[in-house]
Amino acid sequence: MSGLITMDDLTNEEILEILDDAERLLPVARGELYLPLLQGRILGNLFFEPSTRTRMSFETAMKRLGGDVVNLGDVKTSSVVKGETLFDTIQMVDGYTDIIAMRHPRQGAAQYAQDSARVPILNGGDGAGHHPTQTMLDLFTIRQAHGKLEGLKVILAGDLRYGRTVHSLSHALTRFDCELIFASPDLLRMPPEIVSDLQAHGATITETEDLYSMMNDADVVYMTRIQKERFSDEDEYAKVAGAYKLHTNHLSDVKANMIIMHPLPRVDEIHPSVDDTRHARYFEQAFNGVVARMALLCKLLGVSVPKDVKKSGSEL
Amino acid sequence: MSNEHSMRRVTAIRNGTVIDHIPQGHALTVLDMLGIDDKTSVPVSLVMNVPSKKMGAKDIIKVEDRELTQAELDRLALVAPDAHVAIIRAYTVAEKMIINLGDEVVNVVRCTMSNCITANPREPLPHRLKVTSRDPLELRCHYCGRTQNLDELVKNVL
Repeated sequence: MSGLITMDDLTNEEILEILDDAERLLPVARGELYLPLLQGRILGNLFFEPSTRTRMSFETAMKRLGGDVVNLGDVKTSSVVKGETLFDTIQMVDGYTDIIAMRHPRQGAAQYAQDSARVPILNGGDGAGHHPTQTMLDLFTIRQAHGKLEGLKVILAGDLRYGRTVHSLSHALTRFDCELIFASPDLLRMPPEIVSDLQAHGATITETEDLYSMMNDADVVYMTRIQKERFSDEDEYAKVAGAYKLHTNHLSDVKANMIIMHPLPRVDEIHPSVDDTRHARYFEQAFNGVVARMALLCKLLGVSVPKDVKKSGSEL
Repeated sequence: MSNEHSMRRVTAIRNGTVIDHIPQGHALTVLDMLGIDDKTSVPVSLVMNVPSKKMGAKDIIKVEDRELTQAELDRLALVAPDAHVAIIRAYTVAEKMIINLGDEVVNVVRCTMSNCITANPREPLPHRLKVTSRDPLELRCHYCGRTQNLDELVKNVL
């Protein structure tokens, strides 16, 4: 494989292999074990849009594996502000690094970069398009909680129109025969082309505005933030802001092992009182970003993760 | 009615291009796709709804003193993939051109998504749209995945 632009770049077998690799790398991600699998390799972090978790977890993943990272830094102080094209930026960073993680405000930017790059591109989000590395950590978190991916009932809630995490995740879940419930205000429904794509791949989908009544037999409730920055009209945003506010009183009849996920940052979609319930998984999910990205970096750089990580690494 | 008879509905041209077997009702779209409009100075003849053994009914266009290029044929392939194109020189068919709608069209149509990376005119990579369905026609942007149908793509020809 050259890079990871959408989930279509991975087969189900590859997804499961990467999740297995990630599982074995947990002690390395926690800093309990030193395993310099990527020593001498350099990751280029190109974030043309704000990012906290994705950028930091890529950086942590690379450094935990003994590799190094160069950052584009603030777009305002880079050549981008002088009018450099994405094409030219990629040509330059392609020469400096062994692999690139990038986020860009325009859809299709990651594919565009991959077409002109020698090194693999990891898509860390392209506009409202895709976010496959987030999907890998989401799948890791779901499998960690339920022991499997197949046949689960998953609610994706909130901003399904602009939320790229749910676009990539819904594709992956469909491939593992999950039942999908899309809960969103009408204005923020899943784009029709994605719904028809999923249905063409055999997805069972229910679309609703009523999140709370659907929760009782769900295995996963995946909340998302309304993407204020993608609205051109403030009034339109005001109509849907605060559409869902998950509180502990919504959890009285849910399944005991149901998990609540969120790609973070949250605004008011999940009340802080939910954090202390057994259902909350969003902070573990954020940590899993490190281990999932470690496994992806190894995969794309052609480095095998040893079967016995403890034997290969040294204790810290 | 024979094909020959159909063709005689308009005068034979001395030099130029004849596009035959255009799907019925699509001749005006073909003109749009080829950029032939009221500013075009060469004579253009258009016949619509001509009976055809093969197609039931078809449209025909004759453009005088202009030979279609390969790039124009690529555009034509989107609207009339089974059309027959003949280059006429001195009243005889000098060349028959093959129309081929491949799996991808490059630099023929632009993506309709305003936020697609290709909407930045300074970026140098080509506009690439994959043919995801031939009947009805559907194209999908190689970069962002936005789809468009025939009605949309006619408005987005480069």
